[in-house]
Amino acid sequence: MRTGVYVCHCGTNIAGTIDVHALIGYAGSLPGVALAREYKYMCSDPGQELIRQDICDYKLDRVVVAACSPHLHEKTFRQAVEQAGLNPFYCHMVNLREHDSWVHADKPAATEKAMDLVRAAVRRVKWHVPLERRQVPVHAEVLVVGGGIAGIDAALTLANAGKHVYLVEREPTIGGHMAQFDKTFPTLDCAACILTPKMTAVKAHRNITLWTYSEVRQVEGYVGNYSVTVRRKPRYVIEKLCVGCLECIQACVYKQAKVPDPFNLGLSKRKPVYIPFPQAVPQVVAIDPETCIEFKSGKCKKTCVEVCAERNAIDFKQQAEIQTIQVGAIILATGFDVFDGARIPYYGYGLYPNVYTALEIERLVNASGPTGGEVVLRDGRKPASVGIVHCVGSRDLHTNRYCSRVCCMYSLKLAHLIKEKTGADVYNFYIDIRAPGKAFEEFYNRVAEEGVVFVRGKAADVYPAGNGDGRLIVQAEDTLLGMIRKIPVDMVVLATGLEPRADANDVRRLFNIGCSGDGFFLERHPKLAPVNTFADGIFLAGCCQGPKDIPDTVAQSGAAAAQALALIDAGVVELEPNTAHVLEDACSGCKTCLPLCPYSAISFVEEKKARINEVLCKGCGTCVAACPSGSIRQNLFEDEEIFEEIDGLLASAAVGGGPVRIQGDL
Amino acid sequence: MKALRAFWFRPEMRRKMKFQREADPEWAQQVAQRPGCEGLFSCLQCGTCSGTCPLSIYMDFAPRRIIGLVREGFREDALGCQTIWLCASCYACAVHCPRQIRITDVMYSLKREALQYKLYPRRFPIPVLAQEFYGIVSDRGRSSEFWLVLRMALHSNPLQLLTLIGTGWRLFRTGRLSLHKEQIEHVKELQAELAGRRGT
Amino acid sequence: MTSATYGYYPGCSMRGSGIAYEESLVTLFRLLGLTLQELRDWNCCGATSYMCIDENLAFLLSARNLALAQQTGFRELVTPCSACYLCLRKVQDYVQRYPQVAERVRDSLAVASLPPLDAVKVRHPLEILFTDVEPERIRSKAVRHWHGGQVACYYGCQLVRPYGEADRLHNPTRMDELLQAVGVPTVKFALKTKCCGGSLTGTIHPVGLRLNYILLKEAARKGAKAIATVCPLCQYNLDAYQAEIRRETGEALDLPILFFTQILGWALGGDVRSLGLHRAISGRRVIDEWFPQHPEEVESYV
Repeated sequence: MRTGVYVCHCGTNIAGTIDVHALIGYAGSLPGVALAREYKYMCSDPGQELIRQDICDYKLDRVVVAACSPHLHEKTFRQAVEQAGLNPFYCHMVNLREHDSWVHADKPAATEKAMDLVRAAVRRVKWHVPLERRQVPVHAEVLVVGGGIAGIDAALTLANAGKHVYLVEREPTIGGHMAQFDKTFPTLDCAACILTPKMTAVKAHRNITLWTYSEVRQVEGYVGNYSVTVRRKPRYVIEKLCVGCLECIQACVYKQAKVPDPFNLGLSKRKPVYIPFPQAVPQVVAIDPETCIEFKSGKCKKTCVEVCAERNAIDFKQQAEIQTIQVGAIILATGFDVFDGARIPYYGYGLYPNVYTALEIERLVNASGPTGGEVVLRDGRKPASVGIVHCVGSRDLHTNRYCSRVCCMYSLKLAHLIKEKTGADVYNFYIDIRAPGKAFEEFYNRVAEEGVVFVRGKAADVYPAGNGDGRLIVQAEDTLLGMIRKIPVDMVVLATGLEPRADANDVRRLFNIGCSGDGFFLERHPKLAPVNTFADGIFLAGCCQGPKDIPDTVAQSGAAAAQALALIDAGVVELEPNTAHVLEDACSGCKTCLPLCPYSAISFVEEKKARINEVLCKGCGTCVAACPSGSIRQNLFEDEEIFEEIDGLLASAAVGGGPVRIQGDL
Repeated sequence: MKALRAFWFRPEMRRKMKFQREADPEWAQQVAQRPGCEGLFSCLQCGTCSGTCPLSIYMDFAPRRIIGLVREGFREDALGCQTIWLCASCYACAVHCPRQIRITDVMYSLKREALQYKLYPRRFPIPVLAQEFYGIVSDRGRSSEFWLVLRMALHSNPLQLLTLIGTGWRLFRTGRLSLHKEQIEHVKELQAELAGRRGT
Repeated sequence: MTSATYGYYPGCSMRGSGIAYEESLVTLFRLLGLTLQELRDWNCCGATSYMCIDENLAFLLSARNLALAQQTGFRELVTPCSACYLCLRKVQDYVQRYPQVAERVRDSLAVASLPPLDAVKVRHPLEILFTDVEPERIRSKAVRHWHGGQVACYYGCQLVRPYGEADRLHNPTRMDELLQAVGVPTVKFALKTKCCGGSLTGTIHPVGLRLNYILLKEAARKGAKAIATVCPLCQYNLDAYQAEIRRETGEALDLPILFFTQILGWALGGDVRSLGLHRAISGRRVIDEWFPQHPEEVESYV
C-alpha cells in the first residue's frame, strides 16, 4: 500500500490552530504511508497538481486529504485523483477544519486530535475499493413551488428557455406578498404596475402549467427524476369555463360583503364568492365553503348559478383533484409569513385599534385598497401624527434574533407615503437604519429631508394618552439626545419582521431539505451555493431562504432558474456510488429492511430475497444497520472500512492504556 | 456681556470627553463574568431599558448608558452615579431587553461594588437605607420597619424625622406601626451560617 | 382539595404595615377551607436592600427559609409579599443557573445543619386562588353581593417579573378575573405592572410620591373608585401618602387601597375587623360605605 497524505493549511484556518508540520511528520511515520505533504491551499490548482504529480511520480495507490468538509471539496480532490489515473474513490478526506481547528482553542490538543483523525483515515482508506458512478437520464420539466415574485420570475425564466414548468401556488391567485404592496422602495414604482404584467405573462405562457389553489402533497425520487403529487383544491368553479366576468359576485344573495377579506388583512369585507383582487391571475372566482350559504344550509337560491347559466362554471360538487407529475428539478419559492404584532403585548396591537402592522398600511395607502388609498384611522379621521416602530419581531431574543432586512426600507417608504398623503408628522423609532442597497441611502436622505423625524431608540411602550384625547403615546429613549421621549400619535405602525412560513418545517420534510437555526430553508453554502440545497436538484428562491427585498429575490430566482437549467439541459446526471446492496446468498428474506427504507428502494424478488434499486437508494444506511444477518452492505461504508477507522481513531488511547477518549463526530 | 457673565458664573461645568487611559476594559470583562451580568457585550444600545424604566427620567445616566459605561470600562462613572441607587428593582428593563441582559442584576452588582469601594454618592439616602437594613437583618434575622426608618433617618437626614411624624401617626393609629423589635429564635445559627461567607 | 394545608412564609411586612394583608389572607383561606401553617423561625428574605450589600448573604437568607420549609416537610411555600416571592424564587433560579452559587449555598446550609435545597415550590396566594381553588369555586362560595364601585387591579412589578409564574408577564389578568368572579367590576388599568417605587417613598421622597401619584391618577381617570393590590409595599405606598399627594398636587385623590384578599374575603362573608379593613388610611369614607360594620342583609348567591 502506498498512501499519500496531504494536509491543507487553509490559510490560517487550520494551520493557525494545528501544528501542521508535526502532523505531516507523524503522518509520514504511519505504516503504508509513502509520503506526507502540507500546502497552503490544497484545493488550489497548484495544490491539486501536487497530488496528481505525486500519484504519477511515487506510484501512490491511496490518497488522504486532511482539509475542510467533504461537502466543500470532496468532488475537487476525487476529480484530481481521477485525472491522475486512479479510481476517484481511492481518495478519502479528513475534516480537520470543521471538526478540529474551528472548534478547538488548545493547540497541542487540537494537533493530537488531528493525528488521531489522520491515522484513522489512513487505516480506513486501504480498504477502499474502486467504484463506478452511474449515469441516469433527467426529466426536462421543472416544478416551481410558490407563485410570488420569486416563483413567477423563476418560472418565466425557465419557460423562456423552452423548458416546461409547473407552477404550483397555494392561494387562488399568484402574486404573493408583492401583490399586496403599494409602492416599492427606493424607486417608488408601483408594485402592481411591475408585477401584474409578469403575472399575466405566466398565465399566457405556453410552457407554463399554472396550478393555483394547489399544494404539493408528496415528493418521491431523486435528482433529475422527481415524482411529485399535487393536490388541486376545489374552488367550486370550473377554471376552464370561468371568464372572470365577476357577475356571480354581483348576483350573490349576500347583498353586502360580510367576510373579512384576507387580501386586505381584514380591513375590508368580501362575499363568499370572490376574486382575491382585481388583477388576480387566473381571473377565476372561488367560492369559500366556510361562509357560502349553499354549503352551510344547502338552501341557497343560488343566484350565482343562475347568472352563470350560459357558461355554467359554478360546480358546488367539485372535488379535489390529485395530479402526479415527473420533473427533473424543483425550485422552492414558498415565501415568508409576516410577524404577528400581537406577540409583543406592550405595543398594543389588537388592543388599541389604531395600532397597525406595516402590511395593513400598505393596503391603506394602495389606491385599490379598502379605503381607495386614503390613509385614515378606524374611525375615518386622517391621522395628524404617526409613529413607526421599527424592529418588531426582529433583533429580539424573545422573538426572532435576526434582522429582517427589509423593514427599515419599507418603513422609510411608508413614512414618505403617509406624509405625502396626509401631511402628518411621522416619527420613526429605530435602533439602526439599515440602508445598504443601491440608492437606499439616497432614499433615506430624501425622506429625512422631507421632515420625517427619526428617534434613535427602540419603542419601549405604547399606551393611551392620559388626557383622554384618544391618542397613543409612544415612549422611547431618544438615545442620541439621552432623553426619554413621550410622543403622542394618532396612529402607530409596527414594522413587523419576516418569519419562516408557519409550515416551513413540514415543507422542509416533504422535500427532504434542511432549515437553518432561524427556521428558514438552508442553502448548501452561504456564499458559493446560495440557491442550492443539500438535496440535489432542489433549489431555493426568495424569502423562504431568508428575508430579502424584491431585487435580491429576483436575482436569486434567476440564479435558481439557471441552476435548474444547467441540471436539466445536461440531460443526464451522475449519481454517487455510495449505495447499499444485498448479498443475495446471505439474505434470509426476513423483510426487516423493506418498511424501513425512506426511499422505497427495496423490493422483494425471486421468492425470498430483498433487492435494492440503486437508482432510488440514497445511501442513508438504515437498511445496512437494520439487517439482522448482516447481508446488506454499502459502498464506502463497508464494515471493514468503518471498523478500521474506529480502531485507528482509538489507537492512541489503547496504547496509552487510559480511558478511551471519544473524539470528533463519533 | 450678558453671555460672558452667564459663562463666568456658571456654577459647575463638566468636561464631556474621555481619554482612553481612563477606561478599564479588564474591569468590564470582569463584570460581564459575574452571575447575572452575562450578555453585557451584546447590548444594542437600543434604549428599551431606559424607555421602560419608571425612574430613568430622574437618573443621571439612563440604564442604557450605564450598560454603555460598564462595557467601555468607565468604572468610576458607573459606580459613582445615582442611577444604580435609583433603580427600584422592578425588573421592567430585564424582561423587555431584546438581548435578555438582566440589567437589574447588573445594577445590583454595581451597587455592591460601589459600596465595597466607597464610591457611592455621599449623603444619598438609598445606600444608607440598604446598609441599615443589612445591619438589622444580620443582627436579628428580621427587619422591623419602625427601627429601620428611624436608623436610616438618623444616619442620613435627622430633620426628615419631622416629616415622617404624620405618616407614622396614621400608621400607629391603624395598628400598622409595631415598635416591637422582631427577632428569630435561632439567631445565633443564622449568624453562624452567614459568618465568613461575605463576598460581594 | 378541600382541606389543603400550605406552608406559609409571611415576611416582615405582615408584622408591620402590611398586617391587614395577613389578617385578610388568613380569613379568606379559612373561609375557603384552606389552612396556612406558618414556617417556624422564618427570617427576612433580604428584599432589595440586602442584595445591594452582599449577594452571597442575600441568597443565604432566602435559602435558609427554603431549607427550613423543606425540613418541615412543606412541598409548597406560600408568600403573599411580592418581594419575598421574588427573592425566594431568585435564589432558586441562581442555584440552578450558576454552580458557584449552588456550592456556596449548599456549604452554608450545611453549617446550620439544614438540608440542601430541593424543589420547594414558592407560590403566591394569587396563583393558588386562581389555579388551585379557581374563580368558579370562589364564585360559588360567595355570600355577599358587591355593593361597591369599580376597582383597578394593580399587580406591581416583582410578582410578575421576572421569575414569577403567578400570572402573565406583560398583561396579568388573574386578579381581575378573581374579583370579577365575586361581582366586582374592574377597569382597564394600563399601568397595572408599573413600579410603585418600592422603598423610594422613604428615601427619595418626592420621586416616590410622583410614581404613586401617577398610578393613583390613572386609576381614578379610568373610573376606579379603589385600587386592589397583591403586595404589602404597593399597598403601603399608595395608601399612606395620599394626604401628602393631595397637598402637593391640589388634586382630590382619596382612593381606598385594598388587598385583593380583603375584597374576596368580604364576598365570602368575612367581617371588617377579621379582614383588617379598619386599618386603611386613605379612602375611609368609601371603605365604610362599601364594607359596613354591620351589613344588615346578607344575600346568598346560590
